[in-house]
Amino acid sequence: MDFTFSDEQRMVADTVRALLADRCTGADLRRLMGEGARDPGRWQALSDMGLPGLMLPEALGGLGLSEVDLVLVAEACGYAALPEPLVEHAGVAAPLLAAFAEDARAAAWLDRVAAGAATVALGHAANPFVADPDTAGVLLIAREDGLHLIEAASAGLTRIASVDPFRRLFEVEAELSPDTRLADAQTVAPHLALALDRGALFAAAQGLGLAQRAVDMAADYARARMQFGKPIGANQAVKHHLATCQTRIEFARPVVYAAAAQIGQQDLFSRARISHAKLAALGAADLAARAAIQVHGAMGYSWEVDAHFYLKRALALTGTWGDEAFHRARVAERVFGAPLDPDRTFASAAA
Amino acid sequence: MHLDYTPEQRAFRAEARAWLEANVPKARLPSFDTAEGFEAHRAWEGRLHAGRWSAVTWPEAYGGRGLDLIRWLIFEEEYWRCGAPGRVNQNGVFLLAPTLMEYGSPEQKARFLPKMASGEEIWAQAWSEPQAGSDLAAVRATATREGDDYVLRGHKIWSSRAVFADWAFGLFRTDPASERHKGLSLILFPLKAPGVRIRPIPQIDGEAGFAEIFLEEARTPVANRVGAEGEGWAVCMATAGFERGLMLRSPARFQATAARLAALAARGRPDATQQAAVLQAVMDAEAYALSIYATASRLMAGGRIGAEASCNKLFWSELDVALHRAALSIQGARAELADTGDGWLDGYLFSLAGPIYAGANEIQRNIVAERVLGLPKG
Repeated sequence: MDFTFSDEQRMVADTVRALLADRCTGADLRRLMGEGARDPGRWQALSDMGLPGLMLPEALGGLGLSEVDLVLVAEACGYAALPEPLVEHAGVAAPLLAAFAEDARAAAWLDRVAAGAATVALGHAANPFVADPDTAGVLLIAREDGLHLIEAASAGLTRIASVDPFRRLFEVEAELSPDTRLADAQTVAPHLALALDRGALFAAAQGLGLAQRAVDMAADYARARMQFGKPIGANQAVKHHLATCQTRIEFARPVVYAAAAQIGQQDLFSRARISHAKLAALGAADLAARAAIQVHGAMGYSWEVDAHFYLKRALALTGTWGDEAFHRARVAERVFGAPLDPDRTFASAAA
Repeated sequence: MHLDYTPEQRAFRAEARAWLEANVPKARLPSFDTAEGFEAHRAWEGRLHAGRWSAVTWPEAYGGRGLDLIRWLIFEEEYWRCGAPGRVNQNGVFLLAPTLMEYGSPEQKARFLPKMASGEEIWAQAWSEPQAGSDLAAVRATATREGDDYVLRGHKIWSSRAVFADWAFGLFRTDPASERHKGLSLILFPLKAPGVRIRPIPQIDGEAGFAEIFLEEARTPVANRVGAEGEGWAVCMATAGFERGLMLRSPARFQATAARLAALAARGRPDATQQAAVLQAVMDAEAYALSIYATASRLMAGGRIGAEASCNKLFWSELDVALHRAALSIQGARAELADTGDGWLDGYLFSLAGPIYAGANEIQRNIVAERVLGLPKG
């Protein structure tokens, strides 16, 4: 039993956090809103660290690391509300592509995918639209007959507006045929199930970061903003809002980390843990973003204050990779489907 | 990070389970806030001690097993899983003992810890006073040196277990001219002694779980002061830190309640709102367990409990209310029945004390805001 991260895992996350504190500021986000919402220079810097291929095997040009290694990075990306699709690429889509590395059509992309030179966008049944196909090199599209691979440039894309100004959602029209099919439905089913779990896990990790960012910015403001001759943060009403949010974060965080460690089980218990993580972390993010807006008062309702970026990202991620009803149903399956004794906190079907 | 038990940890669990299953009383003991129940629970403490299970994290020299925190969690899981009685000496074993280990003299440890472990001496706490509740630094009770004794004068209140307990620990002003946090000392004193008058206070459930302690020139040896004279505030805050932090409310207790709640829901016909409340409470009980496992892991790797421990107390106290309230909702018209023996109503009433004792949750939220988030004092 070791519920701690290694020094190396923490160091990688610290490096990403520092890089994004420098290159993904509120001012950067605002500048990008008029420029397609993506910063190629920042993507290159993240790619130089090997992050796009973090979970790919070393033999395929990746770093050969796991969900536990990526989860802190995803949290850091959430903290910065990073617009580029690093988390979904590195944590979900690229590993799915790599699962079919023996197929020449997939293998042809893997070098560039691991290096971040080409991104993978994924059309998954859990999500009504596809995120970031416009900047992707390759599209994976799940249909009833299996998983298809096409070059992104060959797809017809229709932009669907999201409330999050940095989300790039599209409806994808593509000519799919037996020639584009990478695997049949039966073969791909466990891979798509794992992709859903990874999507939910890393959305949760981003939720932790979003929540902490919202609390931190609200606390900064509460220390500085003077009313009635004192900082508003001296008032218990303000303190208690933020303490409640921080408590929600503290008790979402270990659930997310445990979910990352247990995702490989792919059983009733790991699925419920991932669902719990997503509900808890994005619930905390939603609460914290709303508290940040409230603590900022009228400023908080203005476009000028960044709180709405976190609110909108949290809203988007809450419904992506399984909505709240979906995840609560998975928790219910575990709660009512297997004994809940205290000795089963880390239960697995294999045990 | 790997979240699995070692073979040794599994073997330890099996050993604890076997002993508990063979020794836990089959019938529920009467409440330890009655004279009969108190002695029944004292006897249970003695039985635990005979098996060396009463204070598992203590050093072996004092009757413990020197267990690390993960094994403590495993023991607690087995303890609550099999429905073992509540710990009548928790104020001693989980609150005072860690402070004695850190601040006590070798003589104090030898004098007090073994009898605490065996249940021969049951401990009450004596912190609050009528004018010093959340504002603990307002205590007025004094301890005046006379020869080798302190003479205690003052009025303590809300002292849990004090009606039947043998000893108490409390904060006293050893420097009569001092104010606030200065000039205070942590002093251990006998409750069954001249000059000590106990007035039971019936709780919300009608039982005398706490009491007022009137100290009218009661005496206790100076040797029963823990830590240096005038340093009581720092010593007491260490005690409060343990209480909020880890030992007082092990997660297994809430997980056992959560398991009973899920079983209750599965037997009944909860509507969507009730089901959502059950799921949230079960998830929160798990989240609390995961958090404590993570903290235990961190501490074992050399880290320390920080101000975020204040979040723990907020979380478990509100969780405990939610667990019991969800059960009563499912019970519907039967929720008000006093003698069902299922524990939900008693547990609910007891849970309402959680957001108040060990530092009211309003104070805890201030602490989180000020020490974790850096907001200014009000």
